[in-house]
Amino acid sequence: MRSLIDILDLTTEEIDALIEKAKDIMLRPDAYREKCRYKKLATLFFEPSTRTRLSFEAAMLELGGSVLGFSEAASSSSAKGESVSDTVKIVSGYADIIAMRHFKEGAPLVASMKSDVPVINAGDGGHNHPTQTLADLLTIKREKGSLNDLTIGLCGDLKFGRTVHSLIAAMSRYKGIKFTLISPDELKLPSYVKNTYITLKNIPCTETNSLEEVMSNLDILYMTRVQKERFFNEEDYLRLKDSYILTPDKLKNAKKELSILHPLPRVNEISTEVDSDPRASYFRQAKNGKYIRMALIMMLLGVE
Amino acid sequence: MHIDDIKNGIVIDHIIAGKAMEIYNMLSLGKLDCTVAIIKNAPSKKLGKKDIIKIDSDIDINLDVLGYISPNITVAFVKNGKITEKKHIGLPSTLTDIIKCKNPRCITSTEPGIHHIFKLSNGNTPVYSCIYCDTEA
Repeated sequence: MRSLIDILDLTTEEIDALIEKAKDIMLRPDAYREKCRYKKLATLFFEPSTRTRLSFEAAMLELGGSVLGFSEAASSSSAKGESVSDTVKIVSGYADIIAMRHFKEGAPLVASMKSDVPVINAGDGGHNHPTQTLADLLTIKREKGSLNDLTIGLCGDLKFGRTVHSLIAAMSRYKGIKFTLISPDELKLPSYVKNTYITLKNIPCTETNSLEEVMSNLDILYMTRVQKERFFNEEDYLRLKDSYILTPDKLKNAKKELSILHPLPRVNEISTEVDSDPRASYFRQAKNGKYIRMALIMMLLGVE
Repeated sequence: MHIDDIKNGIVIDHIIAGKAMEIYNMLSLGKLDCTVAIIKNAPSKKLGKKDIIKIDSDIDINLDVLGYISPNITVAFVKNGKITEKKHIGLPSTLTDIIKCKNPRCITSTEPGIHHIFKLSNGNTPVYSCIYCDTEA
């Protein structure tokens, strides 16, 4: 039995296979309508979510399975003080696979240690978000044709941005990758991520506060939201929340083939005027999330 | 220093100078009834100065604690006044319930009954990270 807690739980070959499977599902959705018939997915979301939870649920429904679960901690027994371990032991008796989002970092790993069924990390605090990374990789593959030889700019909250951490870990395994890290000093990438996936692998990396300065070099621009829910101090959030706002004007020097990604939701870090730019890939990215999660659910359930 | 003043026990040698009390506390040696000697700043060819701990009792000790606090330590097990075994302790690959994660967002800060586990991040340097949240110790 396998779980997906960290994107590196999957080999690059497995990721390639998932991407190919997701593409096939897009082309031939009818061939997959019954693949998970009589299987149940439990979505245990201790933290709010729109895209991730609904895309997991849509994914399972489109595979012919069914879903159960909760969408906030207040409507689960955790509000009564139940531990993650106990919750998962119970739910793994009711479902065939679990997708868990939790505000505590490492909660899905604890869940996978206690569960009798596969557990998927659907985001744990400011730590990791491997299925968003799968959606990001599918999007990059579809938009750019390859996962190699790319200069990837990551902009905004690189400290608490779990999608950023997982994406860097994943992309560090491909050839010809260069990272450009764009953030205020207070929201720089954590040293463990930088050391493990960039410095020790000798991957070229530039750090800057200025998006404009590096825009013309980028093949991918991965924008992120400064997340209010990660701050203990509201003053810090208010000071940093508008650090980067992408507008059509700032894209003047960008490559014509640039892809702009964002895990969403956005607040104001990408102006709505950018949405009509063909380089804006973030809505396609969100849609891709459903297909790659369908492929993942099938893989973890051992469905061919 | 000679070890023949211990009949059955353990000599922890080549401790980085100044680290003996940390080991003493982490191994809870203060709770033992037997003789425990702490020698600080003993001359050492390898280290210049070193600390030594002698425990006059054949107790079980957590070797991972020793390797974490002071890598390259040696532990000699003494029986009937003679060294029967000598171990060179390097950096342990995993630390279980030796240190706790300081990240308030980590699941270990709230979840009861789980082990606090850290893994060696890079074999050459004594940097450990929490297996749950990756925060460095």
